[in-house]
Amino acid sequence: MKLIIAIIQPDKLEKVKEELYKADVNLLTVNEVLGHGRQKGVTEIYRGAKETGNLLRKIRLEIAVNDNYVEPTIKAIVQGAKTGNIGDGKVFVLELKDCVRIRTEERGHTAIG
Amino acid sequence: MNSGDTAWVLISSALVLLMTPGLAFFYGGMVRKKNVLSVLMQCFIIMCVLSIQWVLFGYSLSFFPGKGFWGGFGWFGLNGVGFEPYTDYAGTIPHQAFMIFQAMFAIITPALIIGAFAERMKFSAFLLFTVLWATFVYDPLCHWVWANGGWLRNLGALDFAGGTVVHINAGIAALVTAIVLGKRVNLDNNIPTPHNMPFVVLGTGLLWFGWFGFNAGSALGANGLAVNAFVVTNTAAAAAGLSWALIEWMRNGKPTIFGVCSGAVAGLVAITPAAGFVSVVPAIIIGLLVSVFCFTAVTVLKPKLGYDDSLDAFGVHCIGGIWGALATGLFASKLVNPSGADGLFFGNPKQLLVQLLAVLTTVVYTGVVSWIIYKVVDLIIGIRVSEKDELVGLDLTQHRERAYTVLE
Repeated sequence: MKLIIAIIQPDKLEKVKEELYKADVNLLTVNEVLGHGRQKGVTEIYRGAKETGNLLRKIRLEIAVNDNYVEPTIKAIVQGAKTGNIGDGKVFVLELKDCVRIRTEERGHTAIG
Repeated sequence: MNSGDTAWVLISSALVLLMTPGLAFFYGGMVRKKNVLSVLMQCFIIMCVLSIQWVLFGYSLSFFPGKGFWGGFGWFGLNGVGFEPYTDYAGTIPHQAFMIFQAMFAIITPALIIGAFAERMKFSAFLLFTVLWATFVYDPLCHWVWANGGWLRNLGALDFAGGTVVHINAGIAALVTAIVLGKRVNLDNNIPTPHNMPFVVLGTGLLWFGWFGFNAGSALGANGLAVNAFVVTNTAAAAAGLSWALIEWMRNGKPTIFGVCSGAVAGLVAITPAAGFVSVVPAIIIGLLVSVFCFTAVTVLKPKLGYDDSLDAFGVHCIGGIWGALATGLFASKLVNPSGADGLFFGNPKQLLVQLLAVLTTVVYTGVVSWIIYKVVDLIIGIRVSEKDELVGLDLTQHRERAYTVLE
């Protein structure tokens, strides 16, 4: 089992969700986060004062999957979020030790999907 | 000259001005948070731009007496519009007081259309559209209905505070907008929910409050007619808010604050043309029924026809406005206003036909000319933002500002 964490551009969330559903990945958690990449992003101006290099708004997805779903999930995220520009984001894949479905107390592979 | 009348019209002008920021919050709460500033911005810039347009030539085009397409430039730059009463419009207040009261109507009318193009119209295109629309749609129509020599006024069409000129007018332009602009992206699998419902409630409160200036102020004096307009305005808003909530309760199982707000606004729209001609029981009927019509328009008609009127400017203002205009032809009574007319239920069926003619004229004229203006603006600068800009949101892409921070 793996935990996949992805950081993507906010305006790509709909597209990524669409791709994930196509890949039959239907369980995900979404967060709005701030992050610092190499990208300067959309510059904001408050009363004429330019602010660059501040933390940029991103969307963070968390998806726990069984091993055979890892590659399709990564592919779907990349498919949905890639523009080729700086700031498209990252996908992290982490080892996942266990998983418990609270309702049934099932563990591991059966609990995840 | 009457100081009480003048004071009331000045206060009413301020009340009507407050409706536009009220509308900004009403609409602003309904959009997604990435677009809230764009809506507030559109409302506020209209206050700036049309205030200038109005004193320069808008008032003159609308109200300079004459039988033509519009009034002409006789009062350009308020030349000749002074502090003495102009008795054809208002005999007891300075002419400029009447002018500034009317200015607030000219401001809020195009602002109502924002509800139809919210979340996808280019700011520059919106500005150009607004100025052209105010000049070629609002000013002529205002002239026909309210000005000395206007042909609909001469026919005897009753429009106390702007059911035709303001609400049907803006509502039809809204429908044209929704059709010309097309749907927002991703609408089918992702229906946007209002990002801040308390803003919607705040906006509704400001609108209801300001509407007393809109309707009771249209008596142009501190008198019994103003009191009648005030009372029926409040009554119709109350009846409509209640009725929308009851409809939801029966149909969807729960009444919502969004529903009460939508109903109250629909009630205020419907009573607008009738406020100076009907008494309180008709006001209750007008209010109770307007929610039935508007609820049907936004929950049945809109999905069926598939146009994306983002915030229901057509469904509430046009449908509510048409009902109000026709209801005026049903319930108007000379017992309320001797200088008005009797409606169908008071023995004068002809009035209903005159009202219908005013409605049809507005629908056809505004529909066609709004469509032409959109096509012209689209040719010059393009009316819609790019898909990428729409996804990122208009706040950042049109104004480089955002409404809310994440952490601090």
